[in-house]
Amino acid sequence: MKKKAVVCNSRDNVATALEDIKKDSLITVNTEKSNIKIKIENDIKLGHKFALKYINKEDQIIKYGESIGTAISEIKKGEWVHIHNLESNRGRGDIGGKTE
Amino acid sequence: MKKEFFGYVRNSGLVGTRNYVGIMSTVVCANEVARAIKNNVNECTLITHHQGCCQTPPDLKVITDSLISLAKNPNLGAILLVSLGCEGTNVDRIEKEITAFGKPVKKIVIQEVGGSINAINEGSAMAKQLLSKISSCRREKVDISRLIVGIKCGSSDATSGLASNPATGVAVDMLVKSGGSVIFGETTEFIGAEQILTKRASNKRVSNRIYEIVNNMEKRAKTMGVDMRQGQPTPGNIAGGLSSIEEKSLGAIVKSGSCQIEDVLNYSEFLGNRKGLYIKDTPGREPDALTGFVIGGASVVLFTTGRGAPQGHPVAPVIKICGNPQTVDNLGVHIDVDVSSILTKSSSIKKLGEKIFQEIIDVASGKKVKAEICNYNETMEIWVKGPVI
Repeated sequence: MKKKAVVCNSRDNVATALEDIKKDSLITVNTEKSNIKIKIENDIKLGHKFALKYINKEDQIIKYGESIGTAISEIKKGEWVHIHNLESNRGRGDIGGKTE
Repeated sequence: MKKEFFGYVRNSGLVGTRNYVGIMSTVVCANEVARAIKNNVNECTLITHHQGCCQTPPDLKVITDSLISLAKNPNLGAILLVSLGCEGTNVDRIEKEITAFGKPVKKIVIQEVGGSINAINEGSAMAKQLLSKISSCRREKVDISRLIVGIKCGSSDATSGLASNPATGVAVDMLVKSGGSVIFGETTEFIGAEQILTKRASNKRVSNRIYEIVNNMEKRAKTMGVDMRQGQPTPGNIAGGLSSIEEKSLGAIVKSGSCQIEDVLNYSEFLGNRKGLYIKDTPGREPDALTGFVIGGASVVLFTTGRGAPQGHPVAPVIKICGNPQTVDNLGVHIDVDVSSILTKSSSIKKLGEKIFQEIIDVASGKKVKAEICNYNETMEIWVKGPVI
């Protein structure tokens, strides 16, 4: 069966949808370690992300095994993760964000 | 797989995949005349931009150096310089250096010949002479190691990092391991992924240089005092699921494969006969980045896209590679290689990387890309960092 979503790295706390997924769908996502059953909390479009587990406010969002930003609110398992709840750590002229 | 292609072998030893007379505007104010000459004569390609006057000396040097390097691109058999006559670009130095490089070059100066109509007439006559000189050049069979390829991604979405970029990375590794040369850039799209790239640097100096160009790019964006999101990632990237520059970068750098990074080139720098994988310091925007790779000597460019970027480049054929099945359906007229089966059928990334490699050989040997077929290949730009004054 065609995979509905993909996890890029075993450290990731988000998965990426490989097709449009409807709210309330029950899907199984394969990671290196285990298969995670998830109830999808929002309509997720192809290419968009959802949380693999509960993510605390100010936790790092991990994809490809690396940080892609910080959670600006708590994010439930199965919830859509995008610019409304994820902020970039870089290129932030507005807050003088870090430049190593 | 045969690792040979049919190309135009130049005096310089470099090999072109096209054989054009380059009608090169030396300043924004000469673009109209350059375009008219191009339209009058077959097999010409138009090299225009919006630079060359009322800029600071460091930028004027970058523009002059960029045009010299661009003229050395092996896809150009000869060059016609179209000058207004009062610009800040150093046109004499451009003409001298192209001549010293051994490429036929002629020059028309609008203010010296009595204006645009005379410049178009005399310039067209010169372009015809140059075309008849280069038109006897024939394609010859050469090893793939003599090819310089640029790589770019544009109108990216989340499928870029999952399908088209990894497959392109396979093709890039094949090219580099076969002794060829590859240039990638888009320094903005290293932000958040520089810790991965620097591990592949050939030495400490190159590693430091990667950090330096990324810091400088990020500083320039931050001087505007805002979150750069919307500028990078773009609204299209965001609609496609990319939430931050870090996510875009981590997906973007995969297209450079896994080989060692030999060095970092300045924007105006020509690669020449150097082999292996190189970074060029460019912004992400298409006309400036593509021109940067062509300035480096790239005679073919690989371009991955998620949402469907249609544009090519006037000097090098640009191969569009797409992994988004919805875009392949909707914008197939602009896509050269469909790799969406990586996502829809779990096809092997390696196998589709080999398909891209074969497409490089075909296009390098003369197969037209969609951007050439659709005539969607005229816009280009030279990247400068200073103000227009």
